[in-house]
This record gives sequence, structure tokens and C-alpha cells, in this order.
Amino acid sequence: MTNPNGRFGIHGGQYIPETLMNAVIELENAYNHYKNDPEFNRELETLLNEYAGRPSRLYFAEKMTKDLGGAKIYLKREDLNHTGAHKINNVLGQALLAKKMGKTRLIAETGAGQHGVATATAAALLGMECVVFMGEEDTKRQALNVYRMRLLGAEVIPVKTGTATLKDAVSEAMREWTSRIDDTHYCLGSVMGPHPFPTIVRDFQAVISKEIKEQILEKEGRLPDMVIACVGGGSNAIGSFYNFVEDKDVRLVGCEAAGKGIDTFETAATMNTGRLGIFHGMKSYFCQDEYGQIAPVYSISAGLDYPGIGPEHAHLHDIGRAEYVPITDEEAVCAFEYLSRMEGIIPAIESAHAVAYAMKVAPGMRKDDIIVITVSGRGDKDCAAIARYRGEDIHE
Amino acid sequence: MSRIAEAFSDGKAFIAFITCGDPDLETTAAAVRSAVGNGADLIELGIPFSDPTAEGPTIQGANIRALKGGVTTDKVFDLVRELRKDVTVPMVFMTYANVVFSYGADRFISICGDIGIDGLILPDLPFEEKEEFLPICHRYGVDLISLIAPTSENRIAMIAKEAEGFLYIVSSLGVTGTRSEIKTDLGSIVKVVRENTDIPCAIGFGISTPEQAKAMADISDGAIVGSAIIKILERYGRDAPEHVGEYVRSMKDALR
Repeated sequence: MTNPNGRFGIHGGQYIPETLMNAVIELENAYNHYKNDPEFNRELETLLNEYAGRPSRLYFAEKMTKDLGGAKIYLKREDLNHTGAHKINNVLGQALLAKKMGKTRLIAETGAGQHGVATATAAALLGMECVVFMGEEDTKRQALNVYRMRLLGAEVIPVKTGTATLKDAVSEAMREWTSRIDDTHYCLGSVMGPHPFPTIVRDFQAVISKEIKEQILEKEGRLPDMVIACVGGGSNAIGSFYNFVEDKDVRLVGCEAAGKGIDTFETAATMNTGRLGIFHGMKSYFCQDEYGQIAPVYSISAGLDYPGIGPEHAHLHDIGRAEYVPITDEEAVCAFEYLSRMEGIIPAIESAHAVAYAMKVAPGMRKDDIIVITVSGRGDKDCAAIARYRGEDIHE
Repeated sequence: MSRIAEAFSDGKAFIAFITCGDPDLETTAAAVRSAVGNGADLIELGIPFSDPTAEGPTIQGANIRALKGGVTTDKVFDLVRELRKDVTVPMVFMTYANVVFSYGADRFISICGDIGIDGLILPDLPFEEKEEFLPICHRYGVDLISLIAPTSENRIAMIAKEAEGFLYIVSSLGVTGTRSEIKTDLGSIVKVVRENTDIPCAIGFGISTPEQAKAMADISDGAIVGSAIIKILERYGRDAPEHVGEYVRSMKDALR
């Protein structure tokens, strides 16, 4: 779906400093070479299967289905991957690619810490140096993941600029990359940034929808009616959607973080409150003020607390192929608690946004309809923050 | 001859960068006049952006201070209208693509033409994306300034061939900010530039001392200084214009 200069419809592109241009061109050339290299693909598949634990299960949530009384609900269990989220799919691909390119150092941004942990993990495994940029606010919200990254041998740099969250971590990682390109690969964690990142990350995450398709055909003999995933930058969502884009009867729904509501300023729902802009290397939709100043967005979920969205999602939205719905903090927290009690699965607060939407729509659907929810990550990391939200201080 | 060409026609040019509205627009106006009065040949006016990804901590700080003070694009346009009553040296805007795009590129650039802005520097608009704004810039007689980086290598000729106004050569890897040493082989870059274009080229990023400015201007057509001036504004606030003037004089003297 990418055209040659990295556009998805009008979105995407390469709006980056000249200093980085040769680096992204080198990356694109290397990727185009290795994506068709049987040896590279064999190595990656072995890592994904033997190390990360793929394929992840497609689990029939029978109790939840009965409780909601409508559509059959399946959970795509990305939370069961090594490191506890879908992020590892992309990171293993990019780290292996970087290694083939002769890079010895990985840098990454992280919001909730899942991408940082995955990058630190891949760096440890492949014997590479690793530096992770994380908003200072997020290092507080996700202290456990900061410790995990350090345990894995990565250096974690708290970013104090701006809102000290994910967008500032991305900016700082980009700044770092401009200062050190020769030995360093910027392992971007979502389907965003300048071309070729949105395409590379999507391709590495597309394994999610490839597996869903195979698994649901085996279990149900047909495709699902709806696939639901949470969207920040949008990597687990594009991974969940990609192999269904041509199957027009499958509704694709991305759940954005509405924070305290899309009628408040404390929101991160880009599609619902943002407008077209150019930022972080791409043209896409962004939360911004009338003069194009990027808005200080808010969500309880550090992983969705980002003012933009990947360009391919912006395009799927424009052409009406995917829908993007806002889910509030309160709805997500209720879904977090609901899935924990109902199915014994504690989802990441990010993924809980997707669960929340299913809870809204499943009861109104037919009993033979099928919903697949991607549970992008596990929720252990969120327990302290959710307890705090409910007024309980549990001191990690 | 365009105002920009004129700025480079009498010896080496000294280019001063000032973030608009740091600490307020009155100080910016006074600092610009003081810089021009003390020999600045061209003024780069920064329109603050919330997330300036090509800037180091010094200019990031100026952007934040300016935005906190309530500066907007419209207020910056008013500042330029006011400055143009007496300032005759070329002035260019330095900002980020989204500031132009979100205002409406046509509307933004047509106002630039009207109020006497000579060029536009957008560090997040590389050669591959310049069509976004270039036709509009041509329509209103505003030069879209291209940048060349230490990593440009095989791209230098391509960029130089289509460059207009002047070429901004980035001295070092990384973001803006003062540096004790500039290691890039800038002589080789300038050589390729000269082979491909007649427009002037100036070197920026990391320059703070008269010695550095002279060394850079010796191999090019001028020196661009930003962070060192912003540091003066940060230190002296509303009293900064006089100090900016003294500093600009010392830098310009080194280039004479």
C-alpha cells in the first residue's frame, strides 16, 4: 500500500532534517534488500518462534462472550509474547536488520516502556548497545519497566522537555540520531515517523493479522466481522488490520485514547480531535492548536499518550476503510478490571481501550458474529497506576 | 539584485538568528535593530514551535519561553511589519514545516512576501519534500533556503543545483548549539557547492567565537550564529539588545 516515496494517500513522506536523509535512504535500501532475503527471513522467523514464542494464541473468550450476550469474542494474545507485548515483533525485525547493516547500537523511544523493554531485550540478545529515551513523566508512571530496561543492560535517559511524555521521547531520539548515525540505528517503535519506518514497522507487525486469519479460519471456517485494536501511533492496530484490508466485510476499528473525554483538553484522540499536519517526519493527523503548535495530550495510558497517528491509519480513515473511536480513561480502566475478573487475563491499559469498545458493541451484535480483539500487551506494568486511579496506593 | 544577494555582495556575511518573542516581542525588535546597527548582514527570525526537533537545549528553551509568553505566528508577522519600517537588511524566517502548513501554506507565504520576508528556512523540509512549499514560494517571491549537512555527501550537488537565496551549510552532526570544535571537512563540501551553484553559502551550527566565525567565513561566504545570541537573551532578558549588539560587532569585526 506504500507508494514509492513513502506516501499513504496524502500522508507519510520524509519531513526530516537533511542530516538524516542519507540514513533513511540507507535504511530503505537495506530493508528492500533483506526483506526478500531467504536467510534473513529464516533467521527472523526462528527468533519470532523460538525466542518470542510465536505464533501467539487466538483464544475464544467464552465467559466474556456469554456475559456480554452478543457476538463471539476472540482475543489475539500478543500479551503472551516474550517481553509481554506485540512490540517484540517489530524490534526483532529491526534489530536483526540493523545488525546486518553493521550497526552496533540501538536507540529507541518508549512511552509505556514496552517498546523500550523489547528493544533492550533484542539488544541484549544480539549483543548490541542500547539507549532508550523515555519521558520523565512516563519513567514515574512505568517505574517497573525502567528497571527492566536497566536490568537488560540498556541506558534509560529521562526526557524532561515539553510534556515529558512519548512525543518528547521521540523528539529526543531523533535529535540523538542526528548526532550519531554511523554506528546507530533508530529502532522506532510504531508505524510513524519518516518513510520507510511506517512501512517497515507495519510489515514486521503484519504477522498479527496473518496469524489471526489462519487461526480464525481454522476455528470458525470464516473471517471475523470485526477486528478491534488500540491505537496510539498504531503499530498493533496496523498489524491486526493489514491482512484484512482487502477483505471489505471485516470491520476494522481502532480505539484511541480519549483521556478525560474528547470534549476536554485532556485527551489524546488524534482522529477525533486532531487535524492534518506535519510532525515527527510525517504528514498525518495531529492534535494541535490553530497555529500548528503540537498539543500537550493526555491519557492514563502512557503508550497511547501521543499527539499523532501513523500515516497509514490516517489514510485508512480518509478512505473509510477503518473506523477510529474514542475510549475514555474510565472506560479503559473498567475494561481492564472486567477482563481480569471475567477471563483471568490482565490486559495492558492500552489494550483495555480495545476491550472497552468490544464491551460496548458486542451485546448489540448477533450471536454468530465474530469479534477479534488484539490484546497487545499484558497489564502487570499498569497495576500500580490503575490502583492509584482507584484511590489505592500500592507502592511497587 | 535581491536583498539576500546584496547581503553577500560586500565581503563575508554575518547572519544572526533570534527567536521571536524571547523574552518578548519588544525585546526581539530591539535586539534585531541592535544586531543590524552593529553589522549583521542578514537576520534569521525564528518563529517558535512547540517541538523543535533540530534544536539543542538553548534554542529549545527560547522556543518554550516565547510560546509561554503568548507569541503566535500573527504576532510575529506584526513584528516584521514594524521592523520593516526601518530595517533594510534581508530577513528570513526559520521555523518548522507544521507552522507554515497549519497556517495554510499559501496564506503564510503570501504574507511573507507582503511584509518583506525574503526567505524561509525549514529544517524539517528536505530536498525530497520541498515541492510542498516551493511553487508557493515562487509565486510570492520568497526564497526557500536549502540546507546541506555533513552527511549529505552524494546529495550536495543535487541540492546545490536547485538552491536559491543562499545555502545553509550545517557544520556538524546533531542539533543546534555552541561547540568547542567543528570537525567536519567543510572545505570539501563548499568545493562541491561551488561547482554546482553561484549562490552564496554560509555555515551555521556550533559557531560562537569570533575565531570560529572567521574560520568558517574564510572557507565560505558567511557565518550563521544562533545559540550564542540566544544565550545572551537568556542571560540578560529585556536588557539583552545592547549586549547582542556588542557581540554582533565583535563577530562582524572578525569577518572584515
